[in-house]
Amino acid sequence: MSQHTPSSTTVEIIDVARVSKSFGPVPALRGVSFTVGRGRVTGMVGPNGAGKSTAMRVILGLHRPDAGRALVDGRRYRDLSRPLTRVGSLLDASALHPARSARDHLRWLAHSQGIPAGHADTLLERVGLASAARRRTGGFSLGMRQRLGIAAALLGDPAALLLDEPFNGLDPEGIVWMRDLLAGLAAEGRAVLVSSHLIGELQHVAQHLIVLAGGRVLADAPVAELSAARGSGGIGLEDVYFRLTQDAARSQGSTMTGEQR
Amino acid sequence: MTFVRQLRAEWTKFRSVRAWVLAVVGAAVVTAALGPLNLSTQRAPSGGAGPALVRGPAGQAVNDSFYFVHRQLAGDGTITARITDLTGITATGPDRVSSEVQGWAKAGIIIKQSLSPGSPYAAIMLTGAHGVRFQDGYTHDTAAGSAIAAPWLRLTRRADVISGEESADGVHWQVVGSVRLSGLDANVAAGLFVTSPSTVHVAVIDVPETNPAAAVATFGSVAVTGSWTPGSWSGGQFGGVGTSGSYPRGVSGGFTGTAETSLTLTGAGDIAPVVGGSVLGTGATVEGFIGGTFVGLVALVVVAVSFMTAEYRRGLISVTLAACPRPGRVLAAKAAVVAGSGFAAGSLGAAVAIIAGRHVAGAHHIYTVPVSTPTVLRVEVGTGVLSAAMAVLALAVGAVLRSGASAITLVMVATVLPYLLAVSPGLPTVAAQWLLRVTPAAGFAIRQSLPRFAQVDSTYIPPDGYFPLAPWAGLAVLCGYCVVALAAAAFLLRRRDV
Repeated sequence: MSQHTPSSTTVEIIDVARVSKSFGPVPALRGVSFTVGRGRVTGMVGPNGAGKSTAMRVILGLHRPDAGRALVDGRRYRDLSRPLTRVGSLLDASALHPARSARDHLRWLAHSQGIPAGHADTLLERVGLASAARRRTGGFSLGMRQRLGIAAALLGDPAALLLDEPFNGLDPEGIVWMRDLLAGLAAEGRAVLVSSHLIGELQHVAQHLIVLAGGRVLADAPVAELSAARGSGGIGLEDVYFRLTQDAARSQGSTMTGEQR
Repeated sequence: MTFVRQLRAEWTKFRSVRAWVLAVVGAAVVTAALGPLNLSTQRAPSGGAGPALVRGPAGQAVNDSFYFVHRQLAGDGTITARITDLTGITATGPDRVSSEVQGWAKAGIIIKQSLSPGSPYAAIMLTGAHGVRFQDGYTHDTAAGSAIAAPWLRLTRRADVISGEESADGVHWQVVGSVRLSGLDANVAAGLFVTSPSTVHVAVIDVPETNPAAAVATFGSVAVTGSWTPGSWSGGQFGGVGTSGSYPRGVSGGFTGTAETSLTLTGAGDIAPVVGGSVLGTGATVEGFIGGTFVGLVALVVVAVSFMTAEYRRGLISVTLAACPRPGRVLAAKAAVVAGSGFAAGSLGAAVAIIAGRHVAGAHHIYTVPVSTPTVLRVEVGTGVLSAAMAVLALAVGAVLRSGASAITLVMVATVLPYLLAVSPGLPTVAAQWLLRVTPAAGFAIRQSLPRFAQVDSTYIPPDGYFPLAPWAGLAVLCGYCVVALAAAAFLLRRRDV
């Protein structure tokens, strides 16, 4: 089951169309299409290996799709001249040089975009890392690294944000902070795409959900609509998600035995 | 513009990892310090101060040693003489000599600015195996067109111009060469000379062998024109024997006969630039001063490889390419950063090493082979370019292999290993020279300060510091490897998913 319900109230900024990507014999994405609109948080949820990270990497030009295309503002990411001012991203909070300070990490990113280096300190303040600015990131907890990653994503004041599992490693206080931050960013009119393998992390912050499993989009709909879809008798979003992904696993199994869909 | 932004970004990345900055500073320090430190542990050759090398007009080291039978000439004039015989006395073993004459044994007529070693001169001469030559300024050598047995030679001074001629019969003369020696005094020392370098022999497996040798020449029909100081010809060994000459045991310089009949001179030494190899003897060289470059290069290679492979260790490359989605541009910016750091460390290190080395050599009474200023500059700038090229090569190999340990190993195996093999005795010279032509180690040729001259026989082989390629040609080979490695790295960075 796959449905695509474009919202008439938002302008799409990220447009992924019929993207397929395999790593050797292993298909990671199979004809994936979705859009991410401004002014809302779009959650991308699916089990591990569903293709969430691959989809984000394709958008960022880090993976070349075998078929299809991914556009940002109507252009390929690699054709953007100062990409971080259009799309901020956080794929892996641990992608840091451990000997470099948080401040220097943001400063080199700022230099690469022609952004004043002073923004680094402003951002560190905003994510609550001002006191750790000059410390080497090698000693940072995962939560601190997530905050630094958020700072890096926001550095260019981008209209779109791609965040891969940003709740990982956050303590309850951090989770609340992250939710408020995402809601605030969407309220500012930005397009926010957030992935998680736990639907619970997303259900209170996302207005729109893309359910991904086995490299396919199983659902792409507003949260309210999804909850209502099978909602005879108050089935929660988690149950909907669970049923969707189970269906996918079954059909994938039958495909593997040679049955055509 | 976008490249400049990425360059700034990569530079910030580089300088914000303290270990890398310290390693580059360390590379400069070891380049500057190791050579002079090593020299300071050496003792001067026994007999106190070593021989003071003579400097030629261009500041380079020269030999100015010969047996000289001379008078003073005021103003213009000529000397004519016929060389009726040129033979040698060459030691072939303890207390054994042969009459073999060295190829570059010289007998002829010379006009010299003064009796101080290293002063300007011009000379026409018969050589042991290379016919009649006109030579001046220690490095200039002109061959006569014809091969005449027992030739007549004539050297003429006319104002500042000295010209040399040869003749088969003393009647028909042919100019071999001429030179303007500006500022030549009115009074010059002029006369007959004989000199001969020692033997040089390179075995296949190079154990250079050198034996003392002298030359004996008979001059007939000596005639002069012009205003000569009255009195008879006086003879003496001029300027010792230099680095490349020595008399066989029991033989010394001297002359017999009279100018009216014939004069027979015996001499040893050379009038030629000092080169390296077996004829150099013990002296401190610029190459020795910058011996620390190799250790410095190891540090630079490790830094350059890490600068690239650190991107892969924790997936930082994804952040880098998200910020700059053009892999070629990222690679170019990184290459510029490591090249700049390498150049600074290499050139500054070499410059300090040469200054410090000269001081240490002076303090320890070890003579330093004089080298002209352009050569010193070439070695300093060249060491910078060499270091930059090695760093870029290391960066590119790091990008291809994405593993620090294997990249460092590969770069070392490709550069330092062939060099060490080539300069250690035991490898046949031909193999050593090919290693220094086709491997990236060819780039080390830029360090060579010792000159090579066709008119001086020596062991021009890698263990003696001689590269088969000219300095910049050798460096170009290394740069070629850099270009290939960079192209491979750029291709792979573009093709790979990250």
